[in-house]
Amino acid sequence: MSVSERSFIEAIRDALTLEMEHDERVILLGMDVGALGGVFRATDGLQERFGTRRVVNTPLAEGAIVGTSLGLAVAGLVPVAEIQFLGFLHFAFHQLGPQLGRLRFRSRGRFGAQVTIRAPFGGGTRMPEFHADAIEGQIANCPGVKLVVPSTPHDAKGLLLSAIRDPDPVVFAEHQRLYRNVRGPVEDGDYTVPLGVAARRREGDDVTLVSWGAGVHLAEHAADDLATQHISATVVDIRTLVPLDMETIVAAVEHTGRCIVLQEGPQTAGFAAEVAAIVQAEAFTSLDGPVLRVCGRDTPYPPGALEDAYLPSVERILAAVDQLS
Amino acid sequence: MVLTRRFDKRMIGLSRRDVIGTYTPLEGQEASVLGAAMALDPARDWIVPSYREQAALLHHGLSLDALTALYFGRIDAARIPDGLNLLTRQQAVGAQIPHAVGLAWGLALRELSGVVLTYFGEGASSEGDFHEACNFAGVVKAPVVFLLQNNGWAISMPAQGQTAASSFADRAAGYGFPGVVVDGTDLFAVHDAVSEAVERARGGGGPTLIESRCYRLSMHNTADDPRRYRDDAEVSAARERDPITRLRRLLTEGGALDDASFASLEHDVAAEIDAAIDRVQQLPRPPRDAIFEHVFATRPAAIEHGGMTQ
Repeated sequence: MSVSERSFIEAIRDALTLEMEHDERVILLGMDVGALGGVFRATDGLQERFGTRRVVNTPLAEGAIVGTSLGLAVAGLVPVAEIQFLGFLHFAFHQLGPQLGRLRFRSRGRFGAQVTIRAPFGGGTRMPEFHADAIEGQIANCPGVKLVVPSTPHDAKGLLLSAIRDPDPVVFAEHQRLYRNVRGPVEDGDYTVPLGVAARRREGDDVTLVSWGAGVHLAEHAADDLATQHISATVVDIRTLVPLDMETIVAAVEHTGRCIVLQEGPQTAGFAAEVAAIVQAEAFTSLDGPVLRVCGRDTPYPPGALEDAYLPSVERILAAVDQLS
Repeated sequence: MVLTRRFDKRMIGLSRRDVIGTYTPLEGQEASVLGAAMALDPARDWIVPSYREQAALLHHGLSLDALTALYFGRIDAARIPDGLNLLTRQQAVGAQIPHAVGLAWGLALRELSGVVLTYFGEGASSEGDFHEACNFAGVVKAPVVFLLQNNGWAISMPAQGQTAASSFADRAAGYGFPGVVVDGTDLFAVHDAVSEAVERARGGGGPTLIESRCYRLSMHNTADDPRRYRDDAEVSAARERDPITRLRRLLTEGGALDDASFASLEHDVAAEIDAAIDRVQQLPRPPRDAIFEHVFATRPAAIEHGGMTQ
């Protein structure tokens, strides 16, 4: 299989195109996904190619986009919905967790929702209010919904194909800072990256940094800096928050004895707390110190001038490592 | 109608004795609920219900045992059988309306001829899901029939507390499709109105909003106490239009029914319901482990430990 260098957003578009060709049940719906190609152009050219019946511009209504996706799935289609920004998924939160996430359970398996919801999020791009909010921790608290946050173009394509083909609802959260800033090798044809399998991005001996999405790149920058201080860090990219690959995280921490979890959303009751709780329970006797978190602040996401005060940074990671040594 | 009236009585009794949890009677809405369902072709049309449509579920093909099992919390026995075009009962007010629109739109995209009938109350029409779903349905011309049952009361809130508009049906104009008002205590009137809407939907004419004006003769559910907020006189007046009394009178006048055959019908349905309750009560309790089934299509290995690892 040939490999090309692709941006993150091109990898997303590759996956969508491939699955539209591969499975005629797949339809794309969302605001501005048609002629515009989506606000980030993820669906660029797809309406022209697959027609207005399979790439559908919807009214401006997140609740109806997610709610009708459930009905479309019952009708035998495979909807891939785009919510313009993850922060606006709150408009549809009831349709997501309590409805999509419970359909299989409450129908005792009669119905399932093979629905993928893509949504950009993430800070550091000086976006208007609500456009950056990292609410993935809230979604992880909805039983029945899978949650994927890719960090590389290769994974973005392979995980998105897995998500669309998964018989259960999947929220696929795409960090918008990665869309055009990150390029990488992507296989041209059909391949999948399985849900529920973490990746080790760096191998080290002294500390394990765990994150997802853009946090993985931050962890790798921190690992570079730590290397100059002769501290070697393992970087674990958990890739899918639900289902979570605990084994890979725990094995890494058992080797390094130290663990720091990075998360962009607010700290309190975030997903980093879940990872930290698992690590202390499963790797307790291997730990040389407390499991620390480097997270967003417990404040509303701030305007651009204050973003740097909010977001986790290499400096804050290094300070946490310092605290453990 | 006679069967579900009796079912109401039995379930309320069982709820009062804590044998089952809360129960939502449909007393007073039988003509509205059943008349609408009778306008469908169960082989291709779908019902997307709320939680007060027992007669429609039975008419569309759900067994009395499955319906009964639902109130006993036996959700596996209450499972909608494969092939039955019926969504699971919805408890979140109005949340099913976008599902109905998506389902109808999906059937149309697949070029199937099915139509979707969804039920909700006038209270649900104050929810955002109602507005978003109706607007969406109008835009995509989904083959869906919105049956808004205006039963006068959303628990303790009278219908005039839900809207300043003079009719709920008028809202349809804002969505670009027809809205009609029908006497929801008249089985034939409801059937005619819904049949016309189904025909329009099947022909590509898009959605219809039908305001079926009926009356909730009983309580919202067994946790409710309507005496705290509504006059007996209002209920007595509504009883004059009890849909079963109306239909019985009509059939008796036409010579199709007499007192003896009605008594025999009441006796038969009572026996049928008692037998169903007996069968459901004899079902073995589900193993505790059943809680982890059907969360996902494939059960995650560690779900019972709180972990979601595959």
